Amino acid sequence: MYHEIIMSGVGGQGIMVIGSLLAQAAFMENLNVTYTPIYGVEKRGGHADCTVVISSEEIGSPIVDSPQSCIIMSRPSLGKYGPRVKPGGFLLLNSSFVDPLEVRRKDLDILSVPALEIAQTLGNDRLSNMVIIGAFVEKTRVVSLDTLAAALSQIFEEHYHHLLPANAAAISKGAEYARNSFHQ
Amino acid sequence: MKQVFKRPRSLKDVSFHFCPGCHHGTIHRLVAEAIDYYDLRERTIGVAGVGCSVFVYEYFDIDVAEAPHGRAPAVATGLKRALPDRIVFTYQGDGDLASIGMSEIVHTANRGENLTVIFVNNTVYGMTGGQMAPTTLLGQPTTTSPYGRDFLQNGYPIRMAEMIATLEGTSFCARVALNTPANLMKAKKTVRRAFEMQMNNMGFSFVELLASCPTNWGMNPLKANERVEKELIPYFPLGTFKERKGTDHQ
Amino acid sequence: MEKRLFLRGNHALAIGAIKAGCRFYFGYPITPQNDIPEFFSKQMVKVEGCFIQAESEVASINMILGASAAGARAMTSSSSPGLSLMQEGLSYLAGSELPAVVVNINRSGPGLGGISASQGDYFQATRGGGHGDYRTLVLAPSSVQEMHDLTLLAFDLADKYRNPVIILADAVLGQIQETMVDRPYQPLELPPKDWILAGASGRDPRLIKSLYLKEGEMERHNWKLFEKYQRMKREDVRHENYLEEEAELIIVSFGTAARVAKSAIRLARAEGLKVGLFRPITLFPFPEKALFDLSQRVKRFLTIEMNTGQMVEDVKLSVARDADVHFYGHAPGSPPAPEELLNALKKVY
Repeated sequence: MYHEIIMSGVGGQGIMVIGSLLAQAAFMENLNVTYTPIYGVEKRGGHADCTVVISSEEIGSPIVDSPQSCIIMSRPSLGKYGPRVKPGGFLLLNSSFVDPLEVRRKDLDILSVPALEIAQTLGNDRLSNMVIIGAFVEKTRVVSLDTLAAALSQIFEEHYHHLLPANAAAISKGAEYARNSFHQ
Repeated sequence: MKQVFKRPRSLKDVSFHFCPGCHHGTIHRLVAEAIDYYDLRERTIGVAGVGCSVFVYEYFDIDVAEAPHGRAPAVATGLKRALPDRIVFTYQGDGDLASIGMSEIVHTANRGENLTVIFVNNTVYGMTGGQMAPTTLLGQPTTTSPYGRDFLQNGYPIRMAEMIATLEGTSFCARVALNTPANLMKAKKTVRRAFEMQMNNMGFSFVELLASCPTNWGMNPLKANERVEKELIPYFPLGTFKERKGTDHQ
Repeated sequence: MEKRLFLRGNHALAIGAIKAGCRFYFGYPITPQNDIPEFFSKQMVKVEGCFIQAESEVASINMILGASAAGARAMTSSSSPGLSLMQEGLSYLAGSELPAVVVNINRSGPGLGGISASQGDYFQATRGGGHGDYRTLVLAPSSVQEMHDLTLLAFDLADKYRNPVIILADAVLGQIQETMVDRPYQPLELPPKDWILAGASGRDPRLIKSLYLKEGEMERHNWKLFEKYQRMKREDVRHENYLEEEAELIIVSFGTAARVAKSAIRLARAEGLKVGLFRPITLFPFPEKALFDLSQRVKRFLTIEMNTGQMVEDVKLSVARDADVHFYGHAPGSPPAPEELLNALKKVY
């Protein structure tokens, strides 16, 4: 098993949090994993990107040019990473901010999730990122949804633990949406 | 017959090779006497600055570390933090402490490190051959201020003791001279007091000693002593600028 | 079963240092290594150690000189511009024969440069860096596991040789979080520290110094240091081979670049290209003999570095005369991706 994911969006969308969360879940499933926050020039202009590599073997490069999967949370991210996803790869769009019609490629498996609207049904805009990662894991199964939820308590400081149930609920909502939607 | 004068235990039985009339030998003796007075020789570590001060280890019969130019207070910080029950002092000249080492001395004082600084101010770079120091007086000719120090060109001589005394971290700060027997006796007490502060965990202690450098001043030792009185002391007044009371630091 | 951890490189390194008995950390903030001093500022209190945020890198390296003279295990970390400021102190540490561990999370330069990962400080680290005729041991981790393991080793080697050891990593290795095994510290057998300063109680006074003015003294000291560096070459050279058997092209690469090269080699192997990797772990002493031995069999080498060509000089000095040494440089910015290196190796294959 070997899976590379790039997650990209704008600072404040919680990209780094869901990157860490997925990586933590993979660690808990005894897999090898690297989590790389994209650093340097690319961090400017409000960009927030990270790369997660999950593997049952030793991981070579933690840096990935053409990932198997990509999570796109903003329009500029689509322009940057859309063309780089491997043919036949998986593209997950936060359609609250990115119009799926802007995707030109026909060789990808694409799922659009209106994460903001789903988060709003839970009463908290800021849970969009959890909706997205829930949908991602449901579709890719790189880890189990249970492990993903269990990993929440590992990446949040203890004084945020009262927020765990809301985050877990958002993961479930995202997964549910993914289960019920058909791929474009 | 009663012996009234002998070599302090903390000095080695070797003769100084400082220039005739130089005050370094006298200051070495004062420091060694203070160490002996409190019976500290076996738990004292000296840190030598660069310049004429570097030869501290040739003369003191104690453990010594040599520091890069100006960095003695940082080296002493590392030593003292690792060995808090030992006595640590630096021995630095004016180029070392007030020029290249200005940052280290200010921050070490400001942290209130429990160590003692012996600062020898003779208004000139001695070992390198008489160049201008940050403490060189206005009008004083040196090999790099041949027309005399001019404030438009070089700024003013720095009064270190006064500056160090302004820092909250400093517990004891004084300036003394060695040009007369009376001043020498005061200097002896002051150096002793500085070590006493450290022994009592009172924090940072600093003694500036106005010293002569007859060779680089181009004077005989007597004239050099006169210069200390007439030129140095008026600009660098003697006295204790700060002395924290009580039994402990803060 | 050994405990698995999921840690950031900089934290793995700091945890290793505390495990190795380092209780003195002195440092000055600079990106991208700030999580190291931040970690120590929190943890040193818990192990009755000492953390000082020094006023400059000049001060931190000299605080290490003091703590090390007192016999303590002491370290600092910084990034490239900070290392430039430490070179004076490193020269004094080497000249005074004091152990110390200095971490360089290499960023790009020259000058203020940028905060992205770089290997531009290879020369500075391996050639001494400061004034005078000296070397420092240089360890180049390539994973979070090695950020931890090589830190344990660094403290032992520093004590073994009474010499500074530099850990040369970069922003990628510092920032990535990765799975690792929490290995226990098994110290090397080390000579007693019969040179430390603690006060001349019941013994003659000791000196820690690097000034040698007497006739012939300086020359003797330099040859003594030289002999030490020769001993490092005999006893403490490390490297890793990967798929080098039956390889027709060997990539020589260290640190982050070597990891990316591994992925590129896997891609190349999938296309039937016989490519292997030689990864120096000690950059000084450089694994010249192992590389020479390999060059008896393989005649084509490609050095890949995140700079415009530094280690390639050591590779050329090491290999047999009839071996070809090519170079591919990825100058600082973002690190290279495997596909980029795959294209590079195809050009010389």
